Amino acid sequence: MKTGTGDPDRSDLPLWREEISFRDEDERYVARRQFGRFLVLTSAAMFAGNVWIWLRSRMHRAASVLAVPIARLGEIAVGEVKTFSFPGPNEPCLLIRRGVDDYVAFEQKCTHLSCAVVYSRERDRLECPCHLGYFSATTGAVLQGPPPRPLARIRLERRDDELFALAVETDGDR
Amino acid sequence: MSGLAFFVDPSRCIGCRSCENACAECETHRGVPMIHVDSIDRAQSIATTPMVCMHCENPTCAQVCPADAIKQNDEGVVQTSLKPRCIACSNCVLACPFGVPKMLVAFEQMMKCDMCYDRTSAGKRPMCATVCPSQALAFVDPDVIASERRDVPTNVFRFGAQEVRTKVFMMLPPDADGLVVDVVDYMWEAR
Repeated sequence: MKTGTGDPDRSDLPLWREEISFRDEDERYVARRQFGRFLVLTSAAMFAGNVWIWLRSRMHRAASVLAVPIARLGEIAVGEVKTFSFPGPNEPCLLIRRGVDDYVAFEQKCTHLSCAVVYSRERDRLECPCHLGYFSATTGAVLQGPPPRPLARIRLERRDDELFALAVETDGDR
Repeated sequence: MSGLAFFVDPSRCIGCRSCENACAECETHRGVPMIHVDSIDRAQSIATTPMVCMHCENPTCAQVCPADAIKQNDEGVVQTSLKPRCIACSNCVLACPFGVPKMLVAFEQMMKCDMCYDRTSAGKRPMCATVCPSQALAFVDPDVIASERRDVPTNVFRFGAQEVRTKVFMMLPPDADGLVVDVVDYMWEAR
């Protein structure tokens, strides 16, 4: 009688096949205690992670950013927009000249899914093209759409004939 | 499983389809036989062969199932797809080298022979083996087969590069040396 020789070789199975096995015998029994431990440890890890994120955000806020020159007065015309990066190179911002002497600046990342918002001169508001989230060009407040938070505003200061970005004013600072 | 094994002998099949009808009577899949009686070459011969699931040690149908719906139990029986999981994609139907799984469109589920697990796990013989008049389907002790039959059982099959070991045995002529099927021979492109 020709017979097969025991188990087929399982050592070269890919990881996913080991974890999702079609063999009933490989399905692991999860005891109540084991499941409880999993819940407790996962919750603890989630808690620790949140504390870490909170601490990091505190540290981040405490770090002071030096004033950064972003534009000369009159460099952009009324109703025009200039992009700059503040405080880091990966945080694009918009400088908007709404009136002759009225400059505002906002972060360019939509608070919904980080699409780049654009300034609409006709309606005087910041519009996110992705999901039609609109922000006030005065305060950055959400006018409509899915964004959960207002746009972060950049505090500006005028020194002689130059504009400096001083700080990012998030929701909590205002 | 009580030391008995399943032996399929195509040369004994008389094409009576008793097995199909006995299988279809089972209340776990009422009216739908899980065993198929196939013509070998209908234009040339009246020979038929019963096809039960061979219950591979490393079942190709379960390997290709994207929904993890086909399970092999501790005794090596590959069971019919789990209804809540089966997505009726027919991957198993295409993959099985023996052509066993059938996708039942009306149920949107693949159903296949599970060697009458409700019966064999309780020490009874599968329904088809109990009714087969020529014992082309035999569920007996391997010693009985060795002493009563001239043919030799094998459970190693080769399909091209794939070697398949099964729980069910196929009876081969005594001089046959394993069953080697080069799949390419059966493709129309090769002709």
